[in-house]
Amino acid sequence: MISSVIFAILLIGASGFFFINVKKIRRNILLGRDVSFTDNKGDRLKTMILVAFGQQKMFSRPIPAILHFFLYSAFIITQIELLEIVFDGIAGSHRAFRASLGGFYTFMVSFIEILSVLAFIGTIAFLSRRNLLKVPRLVKSELNGWPKLDANLILIGELTLICFIFMMNGADEVLYSRGLSHATNLGDGSLGLSVSKHVGPLLFGGMSDNSLHIIERVGWWGHILMVFGFLNYLPFSKHLHIVLGFPNTYFSNLKPKGEFTTLDAVTDVVAPNFDPAYVAKTDPNNPVRFGVKDVQDLNWKNLMDAYSCTECGRCTSACPQNITGKALSPRKIMMDTRDRLEEVGKNIDKNKGTFVDDGKSLIGDYIKHEEIWACNTCNACVQECPVNIDPLAIIIEIRRYLVMEESNTRPELNSMFTNIENNGAPWQFSQADRANWTNES
Amino acid sequence: METIKVPTMAEMIAAGETPEILFWVGCSGSFDDRAKKITKAIVRILDHVKIKFAILGSEEGCTGDPAKRAGNEFLFQMQAMQNITVMNGYSVKKIVTGCPHCFNTIKNEYPALGGNYEVVHHTQLVQELINQGKLKVQGGEFKGKKIVFHDPCYLGRGNNVYEAPREIIEKLDVELAEMKRSKAKGLCCGAGGAQMFKEAEKGTKEVNVERAEEALALNPDVIAVGCPFCNTMMTDGVKHFNKEDKTKVLDIAELIATANDL
Repeated sequence: MISSVIFAILLIGASGFFFINVKKIRRNILLGRDVSFTDNKGDRLKTMILVAFGQQKMFSRPIPAILHFFLYSAFIITQIELLEIVFDGIAGSHRAFRASLGGFYTFMVSFIEILSVLAFIGTIAFLSRRNLLKVPRLVKSELNGWPKLDANLILIGELTLICFIFMMNGADEVLYSRGLSHATNLGDGSLGLSVSKHVGPLLFGGMSDNSLHIIERVGWWGHILMVFGFLNYLPFSKHLHIVLGFPNTYFSNLKPKGEFTTLDAVTDVVAPNFDPAYVAKTDPNNPVRFGVKDVQDLNWKNLMDAYSCTECGRCTSACPQNITGKALSPRKIMMDTRDRLEEVGKNIDKNKGTFVDDGKSLIGDYIKHEEIWACNTCNACVQECPVNIDPLAIIIEIRRYLVMEESNTRPELNSMFTNIENNGAPWQFSQADRANWTNES
Repeated sequence: METIKVPTMAEMIAAGETPEILFWVGCSGSFDDRAKKITKAIVRILDHVKIKFAILGSEEGCTGDPAKRAGNEFLFQMQAMQNITVMNGYSVKKIVTGCPHCFNTIKNEYPALGGNYEVVHHTQLVQELINQGKLKVQGGEFKGKKIVFHDPCYLGRGNNVYEAPREIIEKLDVELAEMKRSKAKGLCCGAGGAQMFKEAEKGTKEVNVERAEEALALNPDVIAVGCPFCNTMMTDGVKHFNKEDKTKVLDIAELIATANDL
């Protein structure tokens, strides 16, 4: 009874705290400018199913893809068992679904156990890749400090969680064989759990009944406390991709990657020179900044991108400029965007719902000019991202701000602009000479 | 080599004729000495298959691609609307470009500003001509040679055109080699995003050197490209390694025109 009350309080507390933080993230994302993705619902759904649910883009690198798939599938399927654990927690029952589901129950829990072993192996491999093998994209400088700790905390948390599962199941198997488990005794001598029926007796076989009951309870409570902890760690972690990966792929850019957005506010200025009957698309009484200076100038999809990033660095490892030692790292662009957005969010929390200018901005204080001007706009980062994040969109918007609002660009680019403006080519050649090649042999 | 008469749109219309296709030459193809050779190769192919084509000549202006990639949307839209006004004035329907940047910009970014055309890159047109049997291709001097193709970003990733250039190369009876970073994983030559027009930012290596190194590791006779800017970057990269005698950098149009004595 007391344990049921404690469990209920923990459940409500964990869910409530998670809900509050999710609301904050939603509020932060919606600080971005509006953009519409109501088109092509079928294609969007298909993209989400393939890229997020089916992990399609992960498989361009098979080894991490398989390891990741172990963790991913274990995580997804474990949610089914979680239903029983929550039910047991509230009702004070033990393996409440076992008697009614029979063989299906044994199959499901056994399947989850196998996936958990695979996830354990995957997690050890991931920890090794980060800390021992030092895979280049996982040890770059932008990961120093919190991002590195964040990644390791998640992995260690996953290992601990799996250990608790096997404590709980292993001890229960031994107790069941002694007729002492609180699970309904079906007279079959074993719970039939694929891994624990072997590992349980091996680890805990010689222990006293009392110790076994304690180990089983520590495993059960440890597991659920880890789950609640993990849930509430998510909003503060790069691990949020497990949730946002789905909507983020649904709202993917479905157009050719080479196509950049058209700025309607610019068209409204330029088009009347060519078409006197042109009707403006934007509200002249509500002028917006050209391009992006700070996170509020980005659209909400750019901001969702930032929260969806799990800092895997595939983008950065494919970036021609990063490969050749330049400061640009598409991953850092996404991390900076999230960091600045969270700073803006805290500012809003502190100032009763309104943002008070702190004199900072995304460009300058977070992203340096040399990062922005290094980009080749080659779309390698966009191509690589397993959850269809678009770092290039942010880079281009910042360039637009720097050029059109601040005239703060590289001097050679200004010469190029002048040439195009004066003679219709990026070099100093006269437009009248454009067809001179036709007279050469 | 004989000079082929290249009519401008204005000349054709004045003569009461309508071209099947507009050849968009682009700035590089018009002014850069190396790229002009690619332009002429494309003209020889168009002339050989007797397609009625025209250029805009002095009425053509930069598509605005480098301005747009560099963040100058004003300048881009000014250029785009000037070009659209000219092309709509001539009722242009179909365009072939000699450059993936012009191709991408006209195909994808002009429609929102009132310019709707069927746009193909020259490798797509050549592939179409071969498939239709209008262009018969043989390997000529390239027969048996090893050719590696470098994907231009704005043709490959930008517009998902990976096969047209490769199918053409294979028609030349050559060994088509692939770099590890090819197709969707292709590495940029270093020119895109207006980098062509500025000094590189501070780093440890030039992008074109990194890419040329990868291509040269395959020891090819030819590095084939489909973009005049890639051509410049890869040519410089090959020179960096003093391999210009062994490995040539050639556009697909040049491969076809040279191999078939067009």
